[in-house]
Amino acid sequence: MSGTLCIDGIAVPFSDGQTIIEAARSAGVYIPYLCHRPGYAPYGSCKLCTVKVNGRTNTACTLPAADGQTVISNSPDLQHDRQRITQMLFVEGNHFCPSCEKSGNCQLQAVAYHQNMLDNHYPHFYAQRELDASHPDILIDHDRCIFCNLCVRASKEKDGKEVFGIAGRGIHKRLIVNSPSGKLKDSDISVDDEAAHVCPTGAILVKRSAYLAPIGERIYDHHPISEVACEKAVLDTQAAKGHASCDQAQLAGQVPQNSGSDSHYAASMPPAPDIKHGR
Amino acid sequence: MLRAVQAQYLHIPQAAIEQLAAALHIPRTQIIAVAEFYSFLHLTPQGRYDIHISDSITDRMLGKEKLLNYLSEKLNVKVGQVRADGLVSLNNTSCTGMCDQGPAGLVNGYALTHLDYARIDVIAKLIEQQAPLTDWPAEFFAVDEPIRKPGLLLNQPFNNGAAIAATFARGLAETLAEVDCSNLRGRGGAGFKTALKWRTCSVQAATPHYVICNADEGEPGTFKDRMLLDLYADQVFEGMTLCAAIIGSDQGLLYLRAEYLFLYEQLQRVLQRRRDSGLLGRNIHGRPGFDFDIEIRMGAGAYICGEASAQIESLEGKPGIPRVKPPNSVICGYQRKPTVVDNVETFFAATHIAIQGGQWFAEVGTAQSTGSKLLSISGDCARPGIYEYPFGTPIEDILRDCGADDVMGVQVGGPSGTFISNRELQRRVAFEDLSTAGSFMVFNSSRNIFDIVQNFTDFFAHESCGFCTPCRVGTTLLKNQLRKIVEGNGAAVDLEELSELCLIVKNNSHCGLGDSAANPILSTLASHPELYLNQLKQSSFTPGFDLDATLAVARRMAERDDDAAHLSQVEN
Amino acid sequence: MAAKIKIATTSLAGCFGCHMSFLDIDERLLSLAEVVEFDRSPLTDIEHCGPCDIGLIEGGVCNSENVHVLREFRNNCKILVAVGACAINGGLPALRNFFKLEDCLLEAYQDGIGVDNPQIPNDPELPLLLDKVRPIHEIVKIDYFMPGCPPSADVFWNYLNALIEGRDPTLPYELVHYD
Repeated sequence: MSGTLCIDGIAVPFSDGQTIIEAARSAGVYIPYLCHRPGYAPYGSCKLCTVKVNGRTNTACTLPAADGQTVISNSPDLQHDRQRITQMLFVEGNHFCPSCEKSGNCQLQAVAYHQNMLDNHYPHFYAQRELDASHPDILIDHDRCIFCNLCVRASKEKDGKEVFGIAGRGIHKRLIVNSPSGKLKDSDISVDDEAAHVCPTGAILVKRSAYLAPIGERIYDHHPISEVACEKAVLDTQAAKGHASCDQAQLAGQVPQNSGSDSHYAASMPPAPDIKHGR
Repeated sequence: MLRAVQAQYLHIPQAAIEQLAAALHIPRTQIIAVAEFYSFLHLTPQGRYDIHISDSITDRMLGKEKLLNYLSEKLNVKVGQVRADGLVSLNNTSCTGMCDQGPAGLVNGYALTHLDYARIDVIAKLIEQQAPLTDWPAEFFAVDEPIRKPGLLLNQPFNNGAAIAATFARGLAETLAEVDCSNLRGRGGAGFKTALKWRTCSVQAATPHYVICNADEGEPGTFKDRMLLDLYADQVFEGMTLCAAIIGSDQGLLYLRAEYLFLYEQLQRVLQRRRDSGLLGRNIHGRPGFDFDIEIRMGAGAYICGEASAQIESLEGKPGIPRVKPPNSVICGYQRKPTVVDNVETFFAATHIAIQGGQWFAEVGTAQSTGSKLLSISGDCARPGIYEYPFGTPIEDILRDCGADDVMGVQVGGPSGTFISNRELQRRVAFEDLSTAGSFMVFNSSRNIFDIVQNFTDFFAHESCGFCTPCRVGTTLLKNQLRKIVEGNGAAVDLEELSELCLIVKNNSHCGLGDSAANPILSTLASHPELYLNQLKQSSFTPGFDLDATLAVARRMAERDDDAAHLSQVEN
Repeated sequence: MAAKIKIATTSLAGCFGCHMSFLDIDERLLSLAEVVEFDRSPLTDIEHCGPCDIGLIEGGVCNSENVHVLREFRNNCKILVAVGACAINGGLPALRNFFKLEDCLLEAYQDGIGVDNPQIPNDPELPLLLDKVRPIHEIVKIDYFMPGCPPSADVFWNYLNALIEGRDPTLPYELVHYD
């Protein structure tokens, strides 16, 4: 099955098995996400990609694309809630960008930049979480974990191991390590594992790789995540010719955020960095 | 399996985690995740007498807080802790489903009812003497089933096997048509049309198909499933059996909430009796090839497992986190196979529909809500207990029957339902007006609405599975923001913030828990806005924490108590 | 000539780095000086904040004096702006939140290596420490937030011009930074 759906007035083609978010990405239309990653099983926990599909709320990363869907992603209400959800993630953990090695290359930070988020809005939770620096090559700073489950999926689906899990309930959720001591050094993770590189925040870091790129040359220093997330997919599908609108009448009333210039940008940018070596 | 380990070792020891992981070929992380998810599993040893006291609002209204403190003093153990000698541990827990006979609690999983000071004195003594539970007075564990007003279904005579016989006599398709014509809708609260669910499941190509009876009655204030399983278990199991015949299933599961452990043995006996009389097992009712059996699985303390897909996850030995939909569990359920999950009361009703026919059922109730509804009535009324009403019955009639006067408001449908004020008592119990899974809590004018709303809001924060951001973080933010206002530290902006937060949690959450977590605040904000406004400070902003208390450590260490060593909450 | 816009600035639990960055607007200071005058600020000798149009707060809240100063600013400034990471989320000083205050004080004044004449300071003149370093929006109402560690000179310039002109400040993508 394949066909076309409509996202914020833009006609987006899709192929069989694609979710809305992947169809959108392939067409150069960015819908924010953190717990999703291309090539990974959908999870749907961060709720940043919440969209309205034919009037009903759903997550774009889990819902299969279907012909004739009308998706609203960038309405003021959805964008407002998205920013609040991002702020929830910031106050739940301890996210101090100036002292974080991931700053500039961090998806959580980049998603916040994308939303023009200027403050944390909510009272902080002052979470008390441990640091696991036991492994010679890999570090876990639990303060920065957002429970996106990507490391869990990476270890299981990509590395064929089961190094990570998420335990606890409600606000007591925590990332745990599959080893007798619970420490990373006693697990069978290796620095070459995808799980060691997949973290969208600075929670799981490869040691001795911090600050390799100076400020100004980091992934999100000049290119918003809306471009970075779509660039590879857009290059792949040659969809960089600009977007067809699916409804002229509808389009006349609004200026889609992701039309024209974005895809132009994408075509002129280098391919996405290899995640295993970061930047 | 973990429940058995817990029962023997009073927790899940590290060694057991290692052994189980190796034996079951699952990662340790899965075992730890399960142990941390459920309230009645622990990674640290609990007392040999592990006591939980129900923290439902109705228990609180019956003086639970004072009783808990008394028990804590008597046993010399703090709430939330294990006594140093390991003899006893004491905790709060969510509603245990005994609101009609509270204050209630659990000791080593077994329900305690009608707690009072005299009983606590005896209990404390028994514990100090280390008397086994079998030596405790039986009346401490007695669970009454006060059926105050039987109606359409509870009054029906029933002979075991009658519904199965009727189903086979009429034909499976014909019986499904009767269920369809009855317009029976799910009694767990969501109100999905039962016949549609069964039909969808029956036509799924994937096999096997499963029947699950959802007896995780966790909504605070409801206990009608407890009564059905206690007194009408045959009729519930028969409903499951005829569902199995219709959808083509040979395996049924009863997911029984941990708090109803006291029912486990007797339900096993009922199942055995049904097997012995050919109503379960192979060739049921003499019909060749119709094999079906039912297994009872215990929950372990998690409200979210009342949600069908979370319950399925739980049955598969995982934390009860609701699945991503689509696909719905009727297509991809237990073991990723087509599964019907229905409420206890739904199966109970189906049994009688199979016997009497759909028209008989559809004649009662309203157009969109046919038949009758069991209500669990608790709170400020003379006669708490089980009532059966035709759908469409006005709240005021129900209040009259249960002996409630001086009513301030009613919580219909539990914390996830609706709070209605005494100005709205002409509203009706029906899917099209006040939908309820059965919880009906009455509050008189002496009650403080904020006590109720805070209890419910805390409940959701406690029971949130934590999977999605808006519910995980948002329910705790709601709890804190509500407390800020109730404690008198709220300004006008804080009320706006509270309303906004309600909508964010409601509109963005993964499942029904998050969707309804803000209902207690939203419905009381709508019915009693003046109460909230009266709480507000006139200042533009006040901190949401005790400012002066944040200096306490520094004061103590500097040995100071002068004026400059204190901060006012609001600037003078 | 129209009355000048009055601005007050202060640094609470901060490093004055934001103030330094503010000065990095360089020659633009001259044109700014034509339309604004400074009330309480490290740039002036004014001890207490008088009625002002704009207050810029750098740093989070770590002690009782910070609370008093913050309240003084809130009471006197029509618009209060949280400037920089520390004001917005506690920033670097908030890294002490990972330790108990008791342990911090003992380490610094009692048990730490090289501590001479161990004693927890107790002079009533000294402000007491809060048990946690907090962002300023948890203490008073904040109108605008200027992220960055520090916010760049362009951010200051952008914000101040907007506020002076009576607009809501907005930042283009390139200027939004948390580090």
